[in-house]
Amino acid sequence: MYDKPLRRRRITLALLVAFSLLLLTVYFGESAGGGLHSVQKGVLEVVSPIQEGASRALKPIRDLAGWFGDTLDAKSDVDKLRGQNAELRGAAVAGTEAVRQNRQLQGLLGLDRSTALQRTEPVTARVIGQSPTIWYSTIQIDKGTSSGVRAGQPVITADGLAGQVTFASGGSAIVTLITDGDIAVTARVSENGVPGVVETGPGGPDDLLMKWTGRDDRVEDGWTIVTAGTTSDSDRLESVYPPGIPIGEVTSVEDAGTDSQQVHMRPFADLRRLEFVQVLTATPNGNRG
Amino acid sequence: MSDARQLSLRLVALGMATVVVQVAAISQLRVFDTNADLTPVVIAAAAFLCGSLPGAAFGFGVGLFLDLALVQTVGMSSLLYLTIGFGAGRLRELRDPQAAVVPIVLGAAATAVAQMGFSLMQFLLGEPVPLDPALLRQILLPVLLGGLIALPVNAFVRRFLLPALPEDPRRRRRRAYTTGGLSPLSRA
Repeated sequence: MYDKPLRRRRITLALLVAFSLLLLTVYFGESAGGGLHSVQKGVLEVVSPIQEGASRALKPIRDLAGWFGDTLDAKSDVDKLRGQNAELRGAAVAGTEAVRQNRQLQGLLGLDRSTALQRTEPVTARVIGQSPTIWYSTIQIDKGTSSGVRAGQPVITADGLAGQVTFASGGSAIVTLITDGDIAVTARVSENGVPGVVETGPGGPDDLLMKWTGRDDRVEDGWTIVTAGTTSDSDRLESVYPPGIPIGEVTSVEDAGTDSQQVHMRPFADLRRLEFVQVLTATPNGNRG
Repeated sequence: MSDARQLSLRLVALGMATVVVQVAAISQLRVFDTNADLTPVVIAAAAFLCGSLPGAAFGFGVGLFLDLALVQTVGMSSLLYLTIGFGAGRLRELRDPQAAVVPIVLGAAATAVAQMGFSLMQFLLGEPVPLDPALLRQILLPVLLGGLIALPVNAFVRRFLLPALPEDPRRRRRRAYTTGGLSPLSRA
């Protein structure tokens, strides 16, 4: 009498644990076109319209919470920005002249940034979901293969690089953000062209690392890191990211002047509060500069 | 409709709604530079009411749905959430704690198990898990948020599931006592 429910409970629990482990094993063992991946694709197709509706319906709540957060952040930023403002005013005077000349030259060469982005055929998408844990830096967008979105395409925001499409179904896609451990971006320092690879850092969503810079490569706080694009002549080593897309700003340099120099940076794009993104669906000239 | 069937339907609806709300809204709300995780709190609250077996099954189902809907590693969330569901259910079955802070402690504990479980599983699966203060902060803050949201979440889950729950003799006894049913004065 006493043992029956106890045994039933143990058997059910053991079955559920065994089934979870089986799912894990099968998922890791199968290819991207395997059974479980296909089921995920099907579920994504069914769930994404619901997700989109829920995302729109819950937008006022997100906005309200965002307003409180922004107000608190703004207060702490005021002093810092006042100092930066004085510093930047001087730089702006010098910069205006450089920008004017740069515009002229870009116009002459036909390398206007907007034109360059137009050539990548950007598709604007709304963010309809976001992973709840820090271990999966993924978002879900409302555009999929029917809009030309495919796995491997880069994703940007108005502020800079956001990530890469890693899974696409008919009407939606999953974007893995640059803060995910699976993403690495070939990059260079905008100020002096020092190359490196940007990967996720240990400090959460606002910390990226630029690795593989040399001991003689000078990098300073506040400098800008941009995508390097394809640097090889070989078609087999094409980068998925077009050159010149801003990634982030250098916040500190660890072990400067050594072989293990690591450049910490903060992404320009606010990756925890994304509403719209653009997927670059074409790779003009193999993403070469 | 039988109680068991009604309870199953309510649990399915609750699980799906939780995942959709979490993914579409809560994950995008940034509080203290992180976000709350509604899922383990809801699972713990439901399991605490329903018991260890329904709790484990509910946790498994919610985890599976989350992994499928977000194209994550299938099986990982299921394993973690079924542990949370089973643990919360067993706590009720073995101890039946009545203190007012129980939902808060339960919500924080469930979030802590989820956060640390994910870290451990990522480590076991070969992902780099650096022991960094910033990472610990990213793990600990959601635990605090989990405790904070636990009270309203628990109240909602209780309200939603209670009509479908089988009558609990202990609950009936307590209610009878507080309304005077077993009071010597009422017998007189």
